[in-house]
Amino acid sequence: MLNYLWAYMIIFGIIIGAINGNMPEVTQTAIDSSKEAVQLCITLVGVISLWTGLMKIAEESGLIKSLTEKMKPILRFLFPNIPDNHPSKKYIATNMIANILGLGWAATPPGLKAMEKLQEINPHKEVASKEMCTFLIINISSVQLLPINIIAYRSQYQSANPAEIIGPAILATIVSTCVGVIFAKVMMKRSRV
Amino acid sequence: MNIILYLSNFMIPLVFVYIIGFGLLSKVNVFDVFVKGVMDGFKVVLNIMPTLIGLMVAVGILRASGALDFLTMVLTPITNLVKFPSELVPIALMRTVSSSAATGLVLDLFKTYGPDSTIGRMVSVMMGCTETIFYTLSVYFLAVNIKKTRYTITGALLANIAGIIFSVFITYRLFG
Repeated sequence: MLNYLWAYMIIFGIIIGAINGNMPEVTQTAIDSSKEAVQLCITLVGVISLWTGLMKIAEESGLIKSLTEKMKPILRFLFPNIPDNHPSKKYIATNMIANILGLGWAATPPGLKAMEKLQEINPHKEVASKEMCTFLIINISSVQLLPINIIAYRSQYQSANPAEIIGPAILATIVSTCVGVIFAKVMMKRSRV
Repeated sequence: MNIILYLSNFMIPLVFVYIIGFGLLSKVNVFDVFVKGVMDGFKVVLNIMPTLIGLMVAVGILRASGALDFLTMVLTPITNLVKFPSELVPIALMRTVSSSAATGLVLDLFKTYGPDSTIGRMVSVMMGCTETIFYTLSVYFLAVNIKKTRYTITGALLANIAGIIFSVFITYRLFG
């Protein structure tokens, strides 16, 4: 999927660029974007490492365990086929907690760990398991309750009340997550693997 | 509402204090453990970097070539039918591939219309309830070498579309 998507994005972009006569911009942007990606990664190293460091403390102190314990009923509902004590559940819970708190950057490391653990119990290594599909759909449907970044941007642009969008954003998040969960649940029932 | 703003400023520092405090109380060598954890972060970013370079270049090409404007133009008649502001179309599209690119477009709208305009509020709500589908998918699935993503993209798209539609609806409803 991504294979084709990526290839078509580039090919389509270059063809359109040629038609529009934007070739110099396309060349420049391609080079700039790769640079920008590396710069972004350097920032990410700082922020993500700060969080993985804190998460390690939370892990060793048993904090994650107690939070995961509290999320068990939800996880049992979403992932009925994963055994209760499987390590993937711990990481899924951590990822969700980080997402809920609006710490988007902090959600990736435990999320990747969760995928690794889900892969261990995946019977077909090249095909996404139902659990992986459900996990990613929920993840992408955004379970964020505090859109901290957006609030920051709004105040930066002199909004009279930057936080006024929190309420509607929470409602919208609930709607999108519910749609995602219902879809994932239906598909989980319908597909056998 | 002021309380929520006040609280959100405290959110991240509170998480710090809570985690470190909990660690101290459980007699963990907090700094040693923290440093060990930082190493994991390096590895995570190193794993993501190749994917990120690939995708950001592709998005950059799409934007610079004018392909994105072209897509907006094609979609505008459809969005007009359902009273969906065409200013939001590029952001809704961008949002599926790159968070930073979408953010760039959002800041552009804030500059043009102001964050407290209907468009500004709408886009704020929208950013709060959607995620970067293709970026997230590629990072997560590539990390474990999954080739077939099955129904993940459909589900993610459905959830995001529901969120976008609801954002437009609720903004009209609440702020007129």
